[in-house]
Amino acid sequence: MIAVKVDSVKKTFKAEKSVVTALQKITFDVSKGELFGLIGPDGAGKTTLFRILTTLMLADEGTATVDGFDVVRDYKEIRKRVGYMPGRFSLYQDLTVEENLSFFATLFNTSLEENYDLVKAIYQQIEPFKKRRAGALSGGMKQKLALSCALIHRPSVLFLDEPTTGVDAVSRKEFWELLRDLQKHQITIIVSTPYMDEASLCDRVALMQNGKIMEINSPKGITENFKKPLWAVRGENMYQLMQTLQASEAIDSCYPFGQYHHVTFTHAIPDSQATSELAKIAPVLEVQKISATIEDCFMELMRQ
Amino acid sequence: MKQFLFFIQKEFYHLLRDKRTLFILFGMPVVQIVIFGFALTNEVKNSRIAILDQSKDEVTASITQQLEASQYFDIEKNLQSEADIEPAFREGKIKLVIVFPSQFQSTLLHTNTAPIQLIADATDPNVANTLTNYASAIILDYQNNIRGNQDFPYMIQTEMRMLYNPQMKGSYNFVPGVMAMVLMLVCAMMTSISIVREKEIGTMEVILVSPMVPLRVVIAKMVPYLLLSMINIGSILVLSVFALDVPIQGSLLLLVFECFLFTITSLALGLFISSITNSQQTAMLISLMGMFLPTIMFSGFMFPVENMPLPLQIISNVVPAKWFYYIVKAVMIKGLGFFSIWKETMILAGMTTVLMLISIKKFKTRLE
Repeated sequence: MIAVKVDSVKKTFKAEKSVVTALQKITFDVSKGELFGLIGPDGAGKTTLFRILTTLMLADEGTATVDGFDVVRDYKEIRKRVGYMPGRFSLYQDLTVEENLSFFATLFNTSLEENYDLVKAIYQQIEPFKKRRAGALSGGMKQKLALSCALIHRPSVLFLDEPTTGVDAVSRKEFWELLRDLQKHQITIIVSTPYMDEASLCDRVALMQNGKIMEINSPKGITENFKKPLWAVRGENMYQLMQTLQASEAIDSCYPFGQYHHVTFTHAIPDSQATSELAKIAPVLEVQKISATIEDCFMELMRQ
Repeated sequence: MKQFLFFIQKEFYHLLRDKRTLFILFGMPVVQIVIFGFALTNEVKNSRIAILDQSKDEVTASITQQLEASQYFDIEKNLQSEADIEPAFREGKIKLVIVFPSQFQSTLLHTNTAPIQLIADATDPNVANTLTNYASAIILDYQNNIRGNQDFPYMIQTEMRMLYNPQMKGSYNFVPGVMAMVLMLVCAMMTSISIVREKEIGTMEVILVSPMVPLRVVIAKMVPYLLLSMINIGSILVLSVFALDVPIQGSLLLLVFECFLFTITSLALGLFISSITNSQQTAMLISLMGMFLPTIMFSGFMFPVENMPLPLQIISNVVPAKWFYYIVKAVMIKGLGFFSIWKETMILAGMTTVLMLISIKKFKTRLE
């Protein structure tokens, strides 16, 4: 069953003298109960897409439905049944944790008690601080509280716009575990993130860039589509190494990834010769064959 | 309904937990009334003057005494020669110099007429005018005394009566002005800021994506400030009656009703501002520049509207505070009833309705 359907949605904004295209004819479906990720850098159009789906903006062209309701015609119906956590959402700093939750519960004509089982896993973590003002919570706690607020009315579709931006690594991990937990309740979740490593935690992801979806697939499917052999290379002077490799005809791509550069060759060569081929171009200390990550795929797609 | 009430409760939390703002909101009217009532006043009292008495006789001594005895003047010094006059003004303390020529008494007795010169510092024309008038009045008074019973054949006497404000107190004028200012500030500025803040922190997006009707959001935002304003009106009225002796001549009920109406006008203005701005700073600047300044300038509270050039007089008609100021003066000071101010009340009500309709229409169900 399809929970969210987006059909050639286009959206442009008028800047001072030019017209910026935020979304260029985007089409995709999300099935019920799916954890769907929108992955892309800032400015890819993720927030605009969220706003169109949550009925906050009107698309220039194309149609979209959420839970079978049209985002333009049936916006009132959609507003009753979706949960939305905007990117800059920061709760009411001067209200306590408890008051924030009951406010959002009342806003949707429900109460904390009614849907306690749904938010239990999250709320238990912040419950010891329920009398504390939201402004005094840590970043990770705030995001958990915000998630509870977005969930409190048992939405059928949950939209999370960059929920983990600015949150520490441990809290991010916990947050994603919570999202996976929520799937048990048959809630469709659409989440956007600029972090590529989070993509592998989704059921399916859409890689976005400049208002276009470059690829939609399961994380596994995306990395499997990366056909070329990929090599992790380390050298004495990493910066110089990258420049030399990028300048070489024999090298197709070279991107820095932490301690290594990820390198592909222009022409296929046997695995055993890779080290010597690289040594011909530049001095290298270590060469390893690796399998591609989502980020490698993203970089590759961006080049095309 | 529960949703709506909880929203109002939430607004009260915001208001009550921001102690500093709350203190300003409640303290401001009190401080303004006290400052305007006791410190800032355009009544002229105890002005420093100097006397250049070149005659030093019975008559000049007696006039000097009467000047000294009045509450308007304090004799700062006695000058010795005309050369001292300029330096005395230059020091800046002295506002008026009274010059008696030599042989004043004998001139008066023998020729039946004697001149006195009043020299005033006219850097502030109003003060100079008032001071010379006061001094002339005192001198005239003295002249009437020495004339005694010998009546002139023809004489026109002026008798003045100051209606509505017999003691000519400035507070009769500014209490309505302060009321307009405080209501404007509390309602227009605070409502616009509180709505725009929700836009800034992103909660407005969440509220929009909820079943709550936008109109209710707006009304819930207004309720706390409406209540706060009525408390402020109460404290201003209590202070002006008991501390400043400004009585409420007309019906209290009518006065409160008119205040209520103007509060709604200001709230509608605040709502309008919030619908055209996206940041708290802009909302505050627009409220201050666009609402507060016109209130002071065009309501007639500081500067009489009748004396302004015609274009400004026309502009002043669109300032709601002008009408409110007129109404409060009529009800509170003159003690007039509703039938004397129904036109102004209708204008105010009309402005409120239009503003309310525009801003509710502009309050979007979506982000753009």
